[in-house]
Amino acid sequence: MAKIIAGLGTSHIPLLGHIIDKGESRAENWAPIFDGFQFTKRWIKEQKPDVVILVYNDHATAFDMKIIPTFAIGCGEEYRPADEGYGARPVPTVKGAPKLAWHITESLIKQGFDMTIVNEMDVDHGLTVPLSMVFGEVEEWPCQVIPLAVNTVVYPAPTGERCLALGKAIRAAVEQFPEDLNVQVWGTGGMSHQLLGERAGLINREWDLAFMDDLQSHYEALAKISQVEYIRESGTEGSEMVMWLIMRGALNHEVREIHRHYYVPVSNTALGHLIYENTDAAACEGGE
Amino acid sequence: MNNNNKPYSNIPGTTVFDGDMVRVGFHLNQFCMSLMQASNRDAFKQDERAYLDQWPMTQAQKNAVLARDFTQLIALGGNIYYLVKLSSSDGLSVAAAVSTMTDLSPEDYMEMMRNGGRSPAGNRFTDHRESDKKSSKEQQ
Repeated sequence: MAKIIAGLGTSHIPLLGHIIDKGESRAENWAPIFDGFQFTKRWIKEQKPDVVILVYNDHATAFDMKIIPTFAIGCGEEYRPADEGYGARPVPTVKGAPKLAWHITESLIKQGFDMTIVNEMDVDHGLTVPLSMVFGEVEEWPCQVIPLAVNTVVYPAPTGERCLALGKAIRAAVEQFPEDLNVQVWGTGGMSHQLLGERAGLINREWDLAFMDDLQSHYEALAKISQVEYIRESGTEGSEMVMWLIMRGALNHEVREIHRHYYVPVSNTALGHLIYENTDAAACEGGE
Repeated sequence: MNNNNKPYSNIPGTTVFDGDMVRVGFHLNQFCMSLMQASNRDAFKQDERAYLDQWPMTQAQKNAVLARDFTQLIALGGNIYYLVKLSSSDGLSVAAAVSTMTDLSPEDYMEMMRNGGRSPAGNRFTDHRESDKKSSKEQQ
């Protein structure tokens, strides 16, 4: 049976993609940012996930103001890196996992989540930057990806409670899939940042670190945070952090944090990254 | 909905991109979206006013685009992820475009970011009497 063993959270800041694409990710001045992913690059080679369910938000790329899906799942065969106005990132085409994606979609809808189904779309930095940060510069992405796009651009975004519940429903769906697959769920976006208005540049280190602390065991309390509180405390775009709750919901109640990285600033944004593995005991308990 | 009923109307220096903003900014944002295509970027650069006149935008929106007045563009329903398509077509970084909405020069803005960003202290509530205390849990 398919199984979710681990998950990770990471910011998806576009500048990181620009740095990598210019071949400057090993430059000394960026070391404080990229060194925090060295562990991750070794870890992912040992983990060898077959499929990553990658939770991100589209930034006016595949979706514009015509259609704004709250939760959209990619069921396509492949996704091209998008031209976001300065040419497409020179990274591999993203291979989908349509069979598993359709299984998850059917299960989610039957569990009460009215998903929007996407068969063709380009994917922007929200999806490709996390792949680059974790897998590095590769000829081919070493796993299949199911994009899960969440609206965080137009208010209101889905609530934290709904995101957490969606994560739990994804886990239930994956565990009913008959093929032996190692599946990971990644939550991306955040941490604190605000890209508009006189308050632009807001960073709330204390809030971000508390969020990362609480995500491990007190995620039910985090799920009660309203979008207004995210905006007030962590900036208009800080509310992307709600997507980390989908990842958290897809894991066991008991997880081990095996890595954490936090750095300010990357461009306008606080960078956050952590990795969770389901603990063995909880894996047995939660296995059925 | 009356502005006073919005639970986020007392966050200083912040415009929340809600349904009201989506409605007034629809054509402005779709214009920005059109700049994703190189041929449209070229047509826009060749004659900005003529290109804008193809869109059912208000004069105020068109003027704000011509002036690259991002504060005004946000007030007129522009969304930052759409507006950066305009600033990117000018070759401006996101941080440089964003900084123009603050009271800082691009250089001072980047210096503030390097020093850890803008502190939330005093920036949570428009009413400064409230701003020192942490916000209480707000309803979903």
